[in-house]
Amino acid sequence: MINDRLENRRWVISALITVVVLVYIFRLFNLQIIETRYKQGAESNAFLRKTIFPPRGLIYDRNSKLLVYNKPAYDVALIMREIHDLDTLDFCKALNISKEFFDNRMLEIKDRKKNLGYSSYTPQVFMTQLNIEDVAAFQENLYKFPGFYIQNRTLREYTYPHGAHILGSIGEVSRRKLESDPYYKQGDYAGRDGVEFTYESALRGVKGVEILLRDSKGRIQGRYRDGEADEAPKAGTDLYLTLDIELQKIGEQLMNGKIGSAVAIEPSTGEILAMVSNPAFDPSLLVGRQRSANYAALVKDPTKPLMNRATQAQYSPGSTFKPIQALVLQQMGGIKEHTLYSCNGPASSPIKCSHSHGSPVGILNAIEQSCNPYFWSAFRAAIEKEGYGEKNLKFKSHYQEWVDAIKSFGIGRKFEDSDVFEQSSGNVPSQKYYNRYYGETGWRAMTIRSLSIGQGEVLVTPLQLANSMAAIANKGYYITPHLNANDTMQLRKHETLVDSAYFPIVIEGMWRVFEFGTGRRYKLPDISMCGKTGTVENNRGKDHSLFVGFAPRENPKIAIAVVVENAGFGATWAAPIASMMLEQYLKGKIERVELFNQIATSTTNPDVKTR
Amino acid sequence: MSKRDNIQYTLDWTTVVYYLLLVVMGWISIYGASYELDYEGSMLSFDQRAGKQFVWIITALALGGVVLLLDHRIFNYFAYVFYGVAIVLLIVTIFVAPDIKGSRSWIVIGPVSFQPAELAKMATALALAKFMSQYNYRIKAWKDMLPLAIIIFIPFVLILLQKETGSALVFMAFLLMFYREGMKGIVLLLGALAIVLFIVVIRFSIETIGNEQGSWGVVGAIAIIQLIQIIVPFSSHPHKKESLIFLGLSVLVIVASVIINKWYPVDYNYVAIGTSLVTAIYWAFTGILRRYPKLIAVAFISIGSLVFIYASDMIFNHVLEPHHQIRIKVLLNMEDDPTGAGYNVNQSKIAIGSGGLWGKGFLNGTQTKLKYVPEQDTDFIFCTVGEEHGFWGSALVLIIYWLLLMRIMKIGERQKESFHRVYAYSVASILFFHLMINVGMVLGIMPVIGIPLPFFSYGGSSLWGFTLLLFILLRLDASRLERSR
Ligand SMILES: [Zn+2]
Repeated sequence: MINDRLENRRWVISALITVVVLVYIFRLFNLQIIETRYKQGAESNAFLRKTIFPPRGLIYDRNSKLLVYNKPAYDVALIMREIHDLDTLDFCKALNISKEFFDNRMLEIKDRKKNLGYSSYTPQVFMTQLNIEDVAAFQENLYKFPGFYIQNRTLREYTYPHGAHILGSIGEVSRRKLESDPYYKQGDYAGRDGVEFTYESALRGVKGVEILLRDSKGRIQGRYRDGEADEAPKAGTDLYLTLDIELQKIGEQLMNGKIGSAVAIEPSTGEILAMVSNPAFDPSLLVGRQRSANYAALVKDPTKPLMNRATQAQYSPGSTFKPIQALVLQQMGGIKEHTLYSCNGPASSPIKCSHSHGSPVGILNAIEQSCNPYFWSAFRAAIEKEGYGEKNLKFKSHYQEWVDAIKSFGIGRKFEDSDVFEQSSGNVPSQKYYNRYYGETGWRAMTIRSLSIGQGEVLVTPLQLANSMAAIANKGYYITPHLNANDTMQLRKHETLVDSAYFPIVIEGMWRVFEFGTGRRYKLPDISMCGKTGTVENNRGKDHSLFVGFAPRENPKIAIAVVVENAGFGATWAAPIASMMLEQYLKGKIERVELFNQIATSTTNPDVKTR
Repeated sequence: MSKRDNIQYTLDWTTVVYYLLLVVMGWISIYGASYELDYEGSMLSFDQRAGKQFVWIITALALGGVVLLLDHRIFNYFAYVFYGVAIVLLIVTIFVAPDIKGSRSWIVIGPVSFQPAELAKMATALALAKFMSQYNYRIKAWKDMLPLAIIIFIPFVLILLQKETGSALVFMAFLLMFYREGMKGIVLLLGALAIVLFIVVIRFSIETIGNEQGSWGVVGAIAIIQLIQIIVPFSSHPHKKESLIFLGLSVLVIVASVIINKWYPVDYNYVAIGTSLVTAIYWAFTGILRRYPKLIAVAFISIGSLVFIYASDMIFNHVLEPHHQIRIKVLLNMEDDPTGAGYNVNQSKIAIGSGGLWGKGFLNGTQTKLKYVPEQDTDFIFCTVGEEHGFWGSALVLIIYWLLLMRIMKIGERQKESFHRVYAYSVASILFFHLMINVGMVLGIMPVIGIPLPFFSYGGSSLWGFTLLLFILLRLDASRLERSR
């Protein structure tokens, strides 16, 4: 090559040029045809997929009263790259924030550890969920703050300060939800509890998307193919609840200053008319900028206002268990048509009677007088009816019969087919439990005698208690309690294991409670009411005050359960509250204003914040 | 006037067609690159870049026409004058040019601004052609190249002073022309070897062997030298046996040092240097004793390369500033930095890669429309072709350049006068260098050196410069059929 004739060097140079051009063509082939990631790179560069949030469905009560709606809210966003000549003090004044807040927030935004998707080219949220009043001054002066923008979003607004536990709230989606449901993106909002959670997919609608073209500085340059590829959002579906907001309101007012709950159900439909849990809070506290501060305060409150006691608190039902017990024991043969059991009043053994009354007693008196020895005797007779048998198997089989019958009233397990959020299961102790605790043959009727009077291991939630009343009012069945009025739930009818023939006498007994017994002071003169009080001992202070019932006796419209924790006698607190809620629902107003005011202003627990 | 005197018949129309194709494709690409999404204007709107480029094209064609009408002897007679004027302009520029993006290379006269560096390429090509076409001039020894080096060096330094590194580097292109004119091929080969060694040393310098016992970069580069020390003597008959012995010894040294390393840590850098040095010294002595210059050359080159490797390592790690280091590292794929130094190249690769086989269509490129690619109508103009016209479009452009270069060399070879031939090869070399660096940069296989793509990139100065360069060649070529007057 070195000693070639020089003309031939032309070919060396040609070869060099050809090799370079071929290498470049090969490189082009590789970039443009073999590799695919560059195509995606160009798309993620240029396309800004702007989500269009549909309006969330509204929520109404059973009488079409608007409970929850949307109001516009505003986010202040910024693009770090575009901010220049910012007069920080002026800016802070316009947004009514402190200089420290501003500095901290800017540091937070730029911190890639906290703000994973940070880029100085893309919009970053500076402040979120501001009201129109909060941003009005800022909006006017926006031209002074280049790089800052106002973005629209919506917030929930509430017509009534009631029903927070039922309605629930919405908040930023959790990491878990983000991972499990591809619909959600970081920063989206979704129902976190209550019906906002249960009916999330209906309420939220379907997000739309607008594809915008974004230049290298993050500025929007127009719509991609004039919006051809955009998707319109679908508005959320409105939700009609079974709730009667007026009844809910009266319930919450009556429970003011007390800890406990009240649940009302329409027996014929299983529709939940009211579900009060106190301490309660205004649902609008969990909206907007103050959400996290308010939430933290509610979490810290020792009276646990965030807990929905109506579905999550579990209590021994005590004497309010007796009507169900009377039904089940009739079915099992522990109580026959003319069965009488003796009662020695407070001297009775092994269970004392808290009342003094004639002996022996029949079923009607036993319910009216809440006679403990009667129910113990009947319970024992029912589960020992064939003795104990080999390895106690006969006894155990009748115990199982009892458990199944009690559970058929919806007690001791969650309503899995219900739309009620976060229920506790309550408890009806199983054979297995006692076997483990006492040994296979180590327990007898005597061992579990507390069950006969609704004490011991049996636990119920107020919702279960109210539902059991609905089952009695229906004489043998209940429809799963629920909150969505558009779902008739007729397919979710659950028959109890007690024959309908056994119901009238128990209903008669419960009627007597209002006519002659512990509830007589709170009877409404023109309505025949059925009920049962309960005073339940517990290891945390005063007795719980309980009441269950339904009305009217013929063709019942409402079944109810009320629990007032650590308040004393069932007849003193729970009975009047239940009575007035029945009055409100059946008559549409409270006539016993004095009684109402007296109860509504009484406090049974000084820790409870009154509203 | 006979046909021989009429430029219409003597002009090399093939070249003109290639030229026009490139200029028009460039114009279309500039329209695509500077097109605003909401802009409704046409390619001829003069407030837009494409409209302005249209003006540059028309004036460039006029300029080319004027050149064709001139007497071809002017270029030979006044070659040094042109060169002198260019040098003066370059000097003046340093003092009067405003600072535009850190470079002081533009002379601004009213609305017109131009870069004397563009003229300097043409002037230097003419001066070199004039010097090399002297009676009896041949590149035979190093001293013959000294005047050429000076002719190149003056504009090179002046342009460097204007902070236009890219344009200055273009003057390296003349080496290719020198090779055609007789410069020893070994000079080009050594240049290539130096680049390969530098890349190997830097690319693998961070990959250490064992527990900091040397770097793969140094050992790898020395391995290349050792291979040269074995292959070159092997290819010349009398030393086959010794070459094989050295091959065996080299392998033995590797095995031995790995085994010794089990008990006593070995510095592999020194092992490699030692082995290579011993081989080189042996060849040097053998060469001297047996009077075999080729062996002496091999020994020389080896020792020189060892020094070069040491120097590369030193310069890169201790002399270069961090931002230069990063540029080189990004280029060598050692650092992934899509927002910093690698941003431009990354976006340009995305633009080209997203074009696919057929491209997104004229004016449909998102990367270029939305300004992700920097300098998209000047240095990165090739991106627009890649994005909007895909593989076929960009390959077509490369092929037209290839045809043009081949054509220019063909023109060069058919000249009777060496002045013409030297000038033709200068033009080919300059255009090739621009093509190689510019497209290589856009494709991410060359460093980011900002030089325009000839005839394609936006700008009157560069279009005029290249048009002048090419049309002078066409004028000279046309004269070969003229009767001497
Ligand atoms: Zn009694």
